[in-house]
Amino acid sequence: MRPRVTPRFAATRGFVVVLAATSVSLVACGDSTSVNPAIPAAEAAMAAGDITCIDGKIQAAGSSAQANAITEWVNVYQTACPQSTIDYQPVGSGAGVEAFLSAQTSFGGTDKPVVEEDLAAATDRCGGNPALNIPLVGGAIAVAYHLEGIEELTLDPATIAGIFSSDITRWNDPAIVALNSTVVLPDAAIAQFHRSDSSGTTANFSDYLESTAPNAWDYDTGKEWTAPGGQGAKGSDQVIASVAQTPNSIGYVELSYILDAINAKPVSIDQGAGPVLPTAENASVTLASSPTLNEDGNIILDIDYTTQVTGAYPISIVTYEIVCSAGLDARKNPELVAAFLAFAASDSGQKLLGDIGYVPLSGDLLTGVRQSVDTVLAGAVR
Amino acid sequence: MNLMAPPLITGTSVRPGDRNFRLFTTGAGVAVLAVLAAIAAFLVWKSIPALQNNTGNIFTNEQWLPDADPPQWGIAVLIFGTIWTSVIAMTLAVPVGIGTALYITFYAPRRIARTLGFIVDLLAAVPSIIFGLWGLYYFMPEIVPTAQWLSTYLGWLPIFSNDLDLYTKSILIAGFVLAMMILPTVSAISREVFWQVPKGHIEASLALGATRWEMIRMAVLPFSKPGMISAAMLGLGRALGETIAVALILSAVFEINWQITEPGGNSIAANIALKWGEAADNGRSALIATGMVLFFITLVVNMTARWVVNRRRDFSGAN
Amino acid sequence: MVVGVAVGLLVQLTGVTFVGLAPVVMAVIVFLITYTGWTLAVEGRRHATDRFATALIYSAATLALVPLIWILVTVVVQGITVLSPQFLFVDTMRNVNPRAAGGGVAHAVVGTIQQVGIATLISVPIGLLTAIYLSEYGRGRLARSINFFVDVMTGIPSIVAGMFIYTFWILTLGFPQSGLAAGLALTILMVPVVVRSAEEMLRIVPSELREGALALGIPKYRVIMKVVLPTAISGIITGVMLAIARVTGETAPLLLTTFLAQDINWNAFSDSQASLPTFIWDQIARGTQSSLDRAWAGALTLILIVLVFYATARILAARYAPKER
Repeated sequence: MRPRVTPRFAATRGFVVVLAATSVSLVACGDSTSVNPAIPAAEAAMAAGDITCIDGKIQAAGSSAQANAITEWVNVYQTACPQSTIDYQPVGSGAGVEAFLSAQTSFGGTDKPVVEEDLAAATDRCGGNPALNIPLVGGAIAVAYHLEGIEELTLDPATIAGIFSSDITRWNDPAIVALNSTVVLPDAAIAQFHRSDSSGTTANFSDYLESTAPNAWDYDTGKEWTAPGGQGAKGSDQVIASVAQTPNSIGYVELSYILDAINAKPVSIDQGAGPVLPTAENASVTLASSPTLNEDGNIILDIDYTTQVTGAYPISIVTYEIVCSAGLDARKNPELVAAFLAFAASDSGQKLLGDIGYVPLSGDLLTGVRQSVDTVLAGAVR
Repeated sequence: MNLMAPPLITGTSVRPGDRNFRLFTTGAGVAVLAVLAAIAAFLVWKSIPALQNNTGNIFTNEQWLPDADPPQWGIAVLIFGTIWTSVIAMTLAVPVGIGTALYITFYAPRRIARTLGFIVDLLAAVPSIIFGLWGLYYFMPEIVPTAQWLSTYLGWLPIFSNDLDLYTKSILIAGFVLAMMILPTVSAISREVFWQVPKGHIEASLALGATRWEMIRMAVLPFSKPGMISAAMLGLGRALGETIAVALILSAVFEINWQITEPGGNSIAANIALKWGEAADNGRSALIATGMVLFFITLVVNMTARWVVNRRRDFSGAN
Repeated sequence: MVVGVAVGLLVQLTGVTFVGLAPVVMAVIVFLITYTGWTLAVEGRRHATDRFATALIYSAATLALVPLIWILVTVVVQGITVLSPQFLFVDTMRNVNPRAAGGGVAHAVVGTIQQVGIATLISVPIGLLTAIYLSEYGRGRLARSINFFVDVMTGIPSIVAGMFIYTFWILTLGFPQSGLAAGLALTILMVPVVVRSAEEMLRIVPSELREGALALGIPKYRVIMKVVLPTAISGIITGVMLAIARVTGETAPLLLTTFLAQDINWNAFSDSQASLPTFIWDQIARGTQSSLDRAWAGALTLILIVLVFYATARILAARYAPKER
């Protein structure tokens, strides 16, 4: 009654399976030579003198919102400097800051600047030298919608707040119709998606809603989503996938995720100066007009969500790197940290951001950032 | 139970081989114990800060804001989700798993038995994140009509009623996917147990004219009960602790919702996965506290199972 | 039986309002009722029960088969497009743009094999010895405590195992993040499964075998090693295989204990090391179509690797098991 598997049979069966798998995959294997797309950018950066190669390896962890931006920089830098390795793990801002504070990583990435006790702990970690919040990656939060046949949609902060707090439940609600008189909105329920995981994107989005529509939005502005209704999805990647897959849906995602999305389009936001699409240029207008707090290289942005500057996309964000200005132990390769940050802050580095759905920094903000990076460079040279 | 109580070799073993071997095995057991005690101690130690500064009732609060000021969080929603998803998963997976194991061992022709067993085992290898993805994008659209059917025809039962006309990302679907994840465990171990039933028992009952089902009922199942319960407990362990797949599927709305076809729900393990990356110190401590609660739930369930098993020790071979 | 199937089909054709499984379920139920009723009328109660049970068991097996094959087919179909020997054995993710095609899992394959290997090497001996202790020797308080804690351990969420190793091994003891740390986290998840299933298999070994061997004057440890263990080996190997299959696919503990390396790291004892589950996780999170393709291919790779593990285990089982009587 018991099936007997003799060694020969088992080996034969295993071999056949592996053979089948390999042959099928060989058949499916087409042209597997892929050109590294980072080569042109690397060459340009080297030519412009923006990359200094430092050998060695560093590890960093933190915000997932900036993951794709950091990957872009890492690829270009590593292509130009094959002996360098920068590993960035997008575990989340909280875990990233914790990893930095417990000396696991060389620097951390975070959606919200490190302040108060954590900043004091960071200073301790840097051997008494100040730890700096340096904004390097600009970004935006796009509201994505999926409506068949509707190419453009305009919403204002109060309406957005209403949709995301489930006060507005159908697409042909008068509030939405009033803003979009040129299109016919369907009489369908709004399928609203938000983040089920803790997220800096959620925090920034609710900050925005609370600043611009306090009457409609009186929910918590932390990293947890506390408004009723809607469905939660894990990560911006799942939110955009859900929106793309579900007709008559809406959700908020980090801008870079909407670039490749099929079926999901960005909402134009009108807060008094006309509808503005989420693009790198429009977001950089907001960033440029937002006040900056700069204390000896520790830079913190106070983003003006209520901006009514023409062509400014209001839901703009920055992510910060938390770095030791000096005092990073040699094993964590402070020179490479400094060189990498210098590249990221350079013209070549910032230029790369626009193509991948992020927002290059500009103006006084960028000048301040470069000064902070210089401080780190100086502190790294022993 | 161990009836190998020393009949002739009393007291300490004289033979060094025996003594050393016994030492080895005891040592291994102690090592396991030490690691587990360390884990338990670590969980308790790390969860104390959050437990101490939690305003609000930890058992009834339907919120998760441990990093807010003042911190407030509660485990009611998490326990509810954990238990419900696991109950659904077990209700589906245990009968189907045992049925499959019976089929493979007693009904199927050899060829089919081998292939089916192979496929079931292979499924244990699928990573949980793929179960989550597949469950979300391939399985869920097909199951939504069934959920609709349930709420239409069985909607007079409160748990199947649906007020939102939304059937995606529900506890029911998460339970289905979990059931598929634990099916290989339940089935494979039951299969091994069934194989070990003494042929004498089987042949005796058949010789007495029993039908196949009667043979199974009288000779196989009683013998295998402890084994089947172990298989189910291992499956349950996985269901309770499954992190990523549940995190992807559930909508993670933080409130208790008895209507299982509606989106919502959160389990302890999924909650940890969703919140850990962005949590500050107190948040992490609170998450570890929930891990401790899960430990406790697992403990209670397993102890109950062990009690049930011990009442039926008669047919264990090691007697 | 024909009548039953016919009635079932009829119900399916008239259909219920919703598509999907409902008509099929109804058809099956009708079939069951008709079939059993018919047998009841013709052959009597005992046979009717037998046929009813048979039909149920066949249904269970089919019910299990449908989603299992479905998910395997999905993984194969989605993953095969990117899979190639180069993808498997040569390419890594160093310098690969998330939007671009290309890249491979060589680094992740190396990492997973090493990490799972470490976990297996530690957990199988310890787990097996503990199981032997529990089933052959243990009778007192120590055995009860071990049983108690192993029961508790079977329910550890994988992320808690990762948390523990991160806090204890990496933060407190100061070891770096490494493949070894990941292996240790996986060990915590494997040991209870190995202990539980091995113990169960050892218990089932008939006492006559033990007593016969002891009566011949063989020392107890040899009885265990040469008689009990080989008899139970097939079941034990199944338990070990299940444990290996499960931990190979675990993501959460790896995220905390080993970094997300993009390049091959042959040394599991220092520095970050990639692994297939974290590779899949990372690729999914990138959100581009190319990354998603790579993620499915990574999943397919993982299943293939476990297949290889299985084949090895089955060969071992066949070699060490006693000859069929």
